[in-house]
Amino acid sequence: MHPLVLERPRDLSAALSFGAQAGRNDAPVEYIAGGTDMVQLLQEYVRRPDRLVSLAGILDDGIEIGPQGLRLGAAATMAEVAAHQAVVEQFPLISQALLNSASPQVRNQATMGGNLLQRTRCPYFRDIGYEACNKRAPGSGCAALDGENRWHAVLGTSDDCIAVHPSDLAVALVALDASVELRGTGGDRSVPLSDLHRLPRDTPHLEAVLEPGEVITAITVPATTAGLRSHYLKVRDRASFEFAVVSAAVAIETDGARIRQARVALGGVGTKPWRLPNVETALAGADFEPAVLRQAAALAAEGTRGRGHNDFKIELMQRAIVRAVEIAGARR
Amino acid sequence: MPGAISPALAQVAGAATPPLDVSLRINGTEHRLSLDPRTTLLDALREHLHLTGSKKGCGLGQCGACTVFMDGMRVKACLSLAALAQGRDIKTIEGLAQGDELHPLQTAFIERDAFQCGYCTSGQIMAGVACISEGHAGSPQEIREWMSGNLCRCGAYDHIVAAIQDAAAVSGSTQGG
Repeated sequence: MHPLVLERPRDLSAALSFGAQAGRNDAPVEYIAGGTDMVQLLQEYVRRPDRLVSLAGILDDGIEIGPQGLRLGAAATMAEVAAHQAVVEQFPLISQALLNSASPQVRNQATMGGNLLQRTRCPYFRDIGYEACNKRAPGSGCAALDGENRWHAVLGTSDDCIAVHPSDLAVALVALDASVELRGTGGDRSVPLSDLHRLPRDTPHLEAVLEPGEVITAITVPATTAGLRSHYLKVRDRASFEFAVVSAAVAIETDGARIRQARVALGGVGTKPWRLPNVETALAGADFEPAVLRQAAALAAEGTRGRGHNDFKIELMQRAIVRAVEIAGARR
Repeated sequence: MPGAISPALAQVAGAATPPLDVSLRINGTEHRLSLDPRTTLLDALREHLHLTGSKKGCGLGQCGACTVFMDGMRVKACLSLAALAQGRDIKTIEGLAQGDELHPLQTAFIERDAFQCGYCTSGQIMAGVACISEGHAGSPQEIREWMSGNLCRCGAYDHIVAAIQDAAAVSGSTQGG
């Protein structure tokens, strides 16, 4: 681990004053909360901040449900949210995505805010033995483009980065129109989760839209998405404790035997959590005939670009959507 | 070479950082330490307090050999900075038995021969105690899912699952968290 100064501020306003920069990989001052991803990256010299500002004990960890919907304090752990009765009953997609993530120990440590800002599992990013990684060392190139890219993205990629955003939670939340509340020294603001992460373009080291000092204080999910029939389907190389090769988050409203409205987002295939409005439009009014579902899911392939080893994801993600819609539709 | 740390970087890594005063409550006893801020909870336990029951396997949160309880919840000590564990109630494998009386899951591990080399065992037992007290030991399949954060390279999984089932059957006395 690179030498660092560890700040343990007494309250949030003191923490903000350090100007820590979340969501970019070249920052000299960073936050640490649950630490499950940060400590790994520090241990591997992938991140080398001079100063770490702890958010332990000073961020909201409450879980509230009311007429406006669901509010998850940024410091609530994955385990707490996954097991919360109101989440399980009204937003089962979130609970399901969380229980399919990480291990029980990590879920007891990792927080909501940190989960959204966790870094990619791209092996070239996480191993400083590889020189080329634009996300870790801007301008150094991308070893994945012509390397082992079976795990990499097919949506939202650029010629500088094809790393996948690894969060399952974020995929479920994007499907449910969630927002994040941010606090900085200049005040509070709310950002749709779909706008929190940046596309890599030619600056893949800039991962989120947070300003210096800003922290995520809460996640909000609108009440309009409560109680939908939903399913989080995760396809992975091991049965448990593994990141997604492809995942599909689906939530639907039905009208008799037809889909009135569908929400569809994918994980494991995008450089950020990936919502699919074109698939959703095609599913609106559809019945559950397999051919109809397949035709709608095929629209997910628009704009994809495989790089060789990951070409199979383009077909697999369509099948994952169909399966997830079928399972969601069969739920009571 | 992938994974290699350059000598220059290793030298930087050895540079001094101002130590922090850290107070840790381990198995009911308060310990005052002066630690490099980079010290993980696992290294504080092993290197500074000589509580070597918690093991370092991967150091990256993958193997679970370092599993301890923090405020009653199982966590990976290698992913926690020691200075940020101040004020938390930490329990290690050394604090599990009541004097000479082993925890029922410790006994079950012996009876079921649930280990070979033993390196993962303390982490398996801590995670297993949590698995039972959380109510996730209802079936072999459920135990496997909720023990997925603990690897055993000897492959003693079948016996580990059996030991957890045995200890869960005597529940009431297994609320070890």
